Formats: sequence, structure tokens, C-alpha cells
Amino acid sequence: MNKTLLIAAVALVAALIAPIYIYPVLLMTILCFAIFASSFNLLLGYAGLLSFGHAMFFGTSAYITGYLLKSSSISLELALIGGMLVSTVMAALVGLLAIRRAGIQFAMITLAFSQFVYFVLLQARFTGGENGMQGIPRNALFGVIDVKDSFHFYYVVLAVSALALFLFYRIVNSPFGEILRAIKDKEPRVESLGMKPEQFKYLAFILSASLAGLAGALKATVFQFATLTDASWPISGEVILMTLLGGLGTLSGPMFGAAIVVILNDELSGLGEWALIAQGVILLVVIVFFRRGFVGEIAALLAKWKKPAAKAEAEAAA
Amino acid sequence: MTVQLLAGQLLLGLINGSFYALLSMGLAIIFGLMNVVNFAHGAQYMIGAFAAWFLLTNFGVPYWAALVIAPLFVAALAMIMERLLLRPLSNLDHLYGLLATYAIALIVEGLVRQRYGATGIPYESPIKGGIHLGFMFLPWYRLWVVVFSIVTCVGTWFLIEKTRLGAYLRAANEMPQIVESFGINVPKMITLTYGFGAGLAALSGVLAAPIYQVSPSMGSNVMIVVFAIVVIGGMGSISGAIITGYLLGLVEGVTKIVYPEGANMVVFVFMAAALMWRPDGMMKSN
Repeated sequence: MNKTLLIAAVALVAALIAPIYIYPVLLMTILCFAIFASSFNLLLGYAGLLSFGHAMFFGTSAYITGYLLKSSSISLELALIGGMLVSTVMAALVGLLAIRRAGIQFAMITLAFSQFVYFVLLQARFTGGENGMQGIPRNALFGVIDVKDSFHFYYVVLAVSALALFLFYRIVNSPFGEILRAIKDKEPRVESLGMKPEQFKYLAFILSASLAGLAGALKATVFQFATLTDASWPISGEVILMTLLGGLGTLSGPMFGAAIVVILNDELSGLGEWALIAQGVILLVVIVFFRRGFVGEIAALLAKWKKPAAKAEAEAAA
Repeated sequence: MTVQLLAGQLLLGLINGSFYALLSMGLAIIFGLMNVVNFAHGAQYMIGAFAAWFLLTNFGVPYWAALVIAPLFVAALAMIMERLLLRPLSNLDHLYGLLATYAIALIVEGLVRQRYGATGIPYESPIKGGIHLGFMFLPWYRLWVVVFSIVTCVGTWFLIEKTRLGAYLRAANEMPQIVESFGINVPKMITLTYGFGAGLAALSGVLAAPIYQVSPSMGSNVMIVVFAIVVIGGMGSISGAIITGYLLGLVEGVTKIVYPEGANMVVFVFMAAALMWRPDGMMKSN
């Protein structure tokens, strides 16, 4: 526990001084995707549910937040909450149907629903269709604090991300999180204890979707535009890659994964299809050789060095 | 007038449905034996179409030869992929198999797009002419596609549901250890089945080349619709996949008349309805 706190404190200090050296928009992108990947991790890493449609929550929330900011003088935090709320309601509806099929079919069903949402967004009048939604204003935070400058806005995004990740930490370490892990390991056992795994999975799906919605809402305010790409299936695939690359079921893994993939995309952005090809290759390598991911492998190495007694601690630190 | 329009769209729907049926049948066969959702199915379909185009433009290989060569080529690649990639993952959670095939699809589609660009390439129809049906002009080639796909689907269904070989396949799905104890090489059967499913995808790709344009994204676009169809039909149910494939093609056609904006969404609406009404699939396997 103390170790986790220490690591979190160091990470926070590093994050506070980072925008002096690194372009704030890149940092904010990493933060958005760190939340997004964590939301996905909550579902796959803890509840064992593979959603192949998380882009629907990310993209829809981005559009809703953008629309709220564009069409009214609503303050920034309310617009973010608005986006989140819509993706939460959407998850409540989709989850109701998707949870009905166990295992691997969940991935296909969420993918299909997300494609449906994609077509709805393509044809809805308010989204701007193929052109996307441009020029989303950053209205004042709480109606008073000006955040138009990206350097200042970075600290808002950092604060929201820290809050979201703290929330994530609390969820996975709560009794609820324990039950999710138990369901992932042995669903019949949980059922035999008189609990209803379906309800826990459903709740995890909704929680995960609202976090994904927050990530999308933030993304819309960072870039000041929302496009169909945000809601498309390659984004759903990207968040899977981020989580697996960083370490499934670890606390910090998806954040590392998000940072690596965002920077990789940034570096390869001028090279046509190679960014996507590289993603495929990395995903394949992770699946075949490093299923524990970046953080998971490091934690395993650390545990090997220390006495077996320290093993649990190292895993907890991850 | 409206009857003509309806008949025309139904016919187009039947043609689209032919591809849905072939593709979802392949997926259902692979899932039935391996429990792997083959995300590379779309890429294998696309490679089939590209192989036909490549053979024609570079070596002058005609369509009819490509219809045999391309599926064999893709099946061979798929069997290598099964041996090297999917088999080592088969003892793990099935989601790794799914993600591995997804990664392959990303790489293959990316490489093809990098090499040949994103725009569609036309492929000349091997059968010229057609027939005036009164309500529309039906090119012979499209008729060929419908007939060929029905024959292939029924043939495959018969092979798996009614023959000794199919019985082994179904048994291996239920109890692989017991089937092995009868002296049947189950791993080899899995490799061949994956190759067969991928070959079916490539066969559909060759069939599709003269109708839709040959393009890198042709597979991923149709893939998601096919997933929804397999969910509606019931995972692993071959007859469910075939019937739902044709049916949803027809439904899509009718939607184009009633509510054109909804044509590409109607399949997903049906999936939602099917999940509500029949959570285990329209034709639950076993």
C-alpha cells in the first residue's frame, strides 16, 4: 500500500512538471487514453469481459460534449458530465443485451452494437457526418476559470485524470472489485455463493463505459474536434492493444500502454499505413510472448529477484 | 412499379445474402470446432479477391482458375497460421485466439493498403451479358453467384451434418479426448478445418471481385455485419448461419426501399431483437 502511494506521488510530481518539457497536447492525449485504457482494463482485466466496441462510448461522449459546448454557454465540467451520462445510459441499454451471451460472443455483440452507433453518428444531423464536428470551444471551467490556453488546460485534464484513476483504483480494490476477479476466475463458484454474476458484470460494464465516456469527453475538449474515427472499430482495437501491451489487470499497465501507443502513433503518423501495421505486430508479439504485458513482466521479474515472500508486494505495486 | 422495385431489391439482397451466408458459415464452422472467433475472416476474404485480381493482371490467369487457386492459396496460409500461431494459444483463454486473428487482420489489411492504396480496383466479370426479367436486368454473373453460393452452402451443410467426416468434426467439438482415443488425429482435423473455413472466405472473395470492387477494406466492412449474423443464427450453428445470412440479405434489400438511411443498420437492429427474443440464437446448436 505504501509503495503504491509512493509510486503515485512520484508519478504525480513528474506529471506536474512534464508540460514544461513536453508539448501539452501530446501529454493530454496520453492522459485521455490512459483513462480510456483503464476503463477497458476494468472490464477485461478484472471482470474478464472483452468488449470490442468501447469506441462507441468514447466517440458518442466526444460528440455529446462537443455539441453541448458548441450549442450553449454551458460550463466545461457540465459538458464533460453530459457526455459521460449519455455513454452511461447507452451502456445500460447495450449491456442489458450483450451480457446475455457468455464469453467470446460478448466481443462480437459489442462490436456489432458499436458499428450500429457508428452509423447512427454518421447520419445524425448534429455530428456533421463525414466532416466531423469542428471548432469545439473550451468554455470556462465552473463558468469562471479560463482554460483556452493548452498549458493551463493541461492541469485541468491532469486533475480529472488523477481523480478518474483514483476512482478506478478504489473500484478494483473494493469488495466489488474482488467479486469481479472471482467471477473472472470461477464464475460458477461465485454463483454457488448465492451471488448473481450477471448483475456484477452488468455494473462493471456500465462503470467501464462511463469512464470511457469521460475519456472521450476530455478528448473532444483537448483537440476541440470530434470525428467518426473516435467511434470507429479501429479505436476499439487500439484500446485493447494499449491495455494488453501495458499489462492486463494491473493498475499502472494500461497507462504505460496508452503512453507507448500514443507516442508510437505520433511518430509514425506520416508513414501511411505503417502505424496500423506496427500496432498489429506489437499486439501479436504481446499475445504470443508477453501476455502479462509491460508492467506485468517487470513485476514478475522483480518478484523473481526477491524472496517469494516479497512476491505479493511486487504484484500489488503494479 | 413498387412491385418491380421490391423484386429488384430482393434480388440484390439475395446476392448480398449469398456472401453473408458463405462468410458466416465459414465463421460458424471454425468457431464450432476451435472456439475461436476468426477475426481474420474478412482479411482472408479480401486476400481471395486480391489473389484473383493479381493472378489475372500479372499472369493472365482467368477467373475460373482463380476460383480454385486463390482459396487453396489462402487455405494453405491459414493452415500455417493455425499451426504456428493459433495452436500454441489454444490452451489459453479463447480471447487470445480472437485477438491473435485480429492482429493478423490488422497487419494483412495494412500491408495490402500500403502496397495497393485504399481505392477499389475493378475486376472484369468473366460472364458477359444477362437477362431482362421485366423488373430489372440480371447479369448472368450475379445469377451464377447466387446459384454457386446456394450449392456450396447446402453441400457444406450436408458434409458436416450428414456424413461420417462431419460426425467426427462434431464429436471432436464435444469431446476431443474421446475422439482421439478412436485413433483420429484431432489436431490435424483442426488445422484442416481452419484451412477449410479460410478457404471458404477466399472463395467468397473471388466470387465478390467482379461484383464489388477489389479493395483492402472490403473484408473489414462486411466482417462486422457477418458477426451480427452469426450471433443471430446462434454461434456454431451452420444451418443457422446460412439461413440468417440469406434472410438478412433480403431484409437489407427491403429496408433500402422502406427506409434507405437504415439499410446498413437493420442487421444490428435484428441482432438486438434476436438477443431479446432468443438469447441462445435462432437455431441453437446442439
